[in-house]
Amino acid sequence: MATVIQTENLAVSFDGVTPVFEGLTLAIEKGEFVSLVGVSGAGKSTLLRVIADLIPAFKGSVRVDTPNDPTRRAIAMVFQAANLMPWRSVEDNITLGLEGIDVSDRLKKERVRWTLDLVGLGAYADRWPYQLSGGQQQRIGIARALAVDPDILLMDEPFGSLDAITRNALQDELLQIWKETGKSILFVTHDIEEAVYLGDRVLLLGGEPAHIINEYSIGIERAERRESEAFLRKVEKVRGGLQHAINATPSAH
Amino acid sequence: MKPGKRYLLSAAGLAGFLLLWEGIAQSGWFEAHLLPPPSTLPATLLSEIRLGIWQDMVWASLRHYSIGFVIGSVLGVTLGVSVALFPKVEASQAWLARIFRPIPPLAWIPFAIIWFGISETAAAFIISIGIFWINYFTAMTAVLAVDKDLIEVARAFGHRSMFALLRKVIMPGAAPGILSGIRTGLGQGWMTVVAAELFGIPGIGQRMIEASGLLASEVVVLYMFSIAFLYGVSDYIFVRIQSKVLEWQR
Ligand SMILES: Nc1ncnc2c1ncn2[C@@H]1O[C@H](COP(=O)(O)OP(=O)(O)O)[C@@H](O)[C@H]1O
Ligand SMILES: [Mg+2]
Repeated sequence: MATVIQTENLAVSFDGVTPVFEGLTLAIEKGEFVSLVGVSGAGKSTLLRVIADLIPAFKGSVRVDTPNDPTRRAIAMVFQAANLMPWRSVEDNITLGLEGIDVSDRLKKERVRWTLDLVGLGAYADRWPYQLSGGQQQRIGIARALAVDPDILLMDEPFGSLDAITRNALQDELLQIWKETGKSILFVTHDIEEAVYLGDRVLLLGGEPAHIINEYSIGIERAERRESEAFLRKVEKVRGGLQHAINATPSAH
Repeated sequence: MKPGKRYLLSAAGLAGFLLLWEGIAQSGWFEAHLLPPPSTLPATLLSEIRLGIWQDMVWASLRHYSIGFVIGSVLGVTLGVSVALFPKVEASQAWLARIFRPIPPLAWIPFAIIWFGISETAAAFIISIGIFWINYFTAMTAVLAVDKDLIEVARAFGHRSMFALLRKVIMPGAAPGILSGIRTGLGQGWMTVVAAELFGIPGIGQRMIEASGLLASEVVVLYMFSIAFLYGVSDYIFVRIQSKVLEWQR
């Protein structure tokens, strides 16, 4: 398998002195669904930002290895708050990432149509963002990322603010999309059940300064995951690991 | 309150005011030129129009106003946006703005006349100053208040140059603030237009001074209301455009 994201001894620092995380090494394989958990403030969002090249690395390196294709973007990001542009219609929000890449207008329209249908909001193309519910806005945020047909999807607690029913529905939709498209996904969440339900692997970010302190292979059929004994045991195991990391980190109390 | 009822009460307030005014003016407590009754206004308007004065004065003031408004708004918005975007520009203007901002537009009248003479340019210059400062500060504030998360979204989706960010996020995000500044300037402009013409530059202000010299106070009142009318029309048109442009707002 090919590695699409590789970080080596990565550190990020906002003040140029204290690192948010340090010595962070991880690898994500092509087509893999990896969950990342950690207490808030551990640096999960920061890690996604540095992988997406929105902020610079302080030490170490990030390597993103994807085929060079001018009609797509290598990486797309889904944010915790949908962060739609309120002055763009739903359709134009989805187009945002397509502007400036080498795709014909006709193909752009098709991609918008396709992703809108994929997230089940085909009838909402002409609405303004404020006319959508929080869950619908979140779906448009996902559609916006999928429209650029990225090799890598970085998702930052995308379902954190949703009610349980909507969240479960979107989780299953996301798994469906992932199976159909074979994208590599790095999914940040602080919800351990969600992490175990979605991921092939769960990475645990913790310690001080933070780094990947543990990694869990899930290895349970996804159809078996919501309720089975094995699933619940896995959730408990990850929860124990996170609790241990918190106990060992003075500032996390 | 229901809109219909609100409408009725507003109309009643205006009618009551006009009636009270008419009553006091007719009572003979004051000489007619101290308080001309509102009932003289239609006839005064007709006579000013027949003489061709009303059209000429309104047209002249509109010209000063429009030129001053466009120049003040364009320069104010452009500089305000630049200051918000570039720390070096911000630093270089910080003291200058502190010195020049408190100077009221009318304090520029002597220099306007020295530089431009008693001319339309002088009037437009004075009008543009007040409008400039309003737009300068509202545009700067509006740009600084643009949601940083949205800027990050645009960058994440490949729009990384300053120009792209301006076009995709900063200007649309600052538009509500900038437009409300332009609207404030629209009103402020009408306030200075009269003062700018008091010194003999032809327009509504000049005609008012002329009429007051002749104790033709009903003419003064007529032009006071003409300004209110012009302001009302320009504000109405602007608000229509504004709500169209900002349709995306809740
Ligand atoms: N733009 C920033 N400037 C300064 N410090 C920041 C910035 N963004 C995040 N941080 C700090 O970095 C740390 C990690 O933040 P973040 O990555 O958002 O954590 P998480 O997503 O795991 O909750 C926190 O201590 C936070 O205060
Ligand atoms: Mg975060």
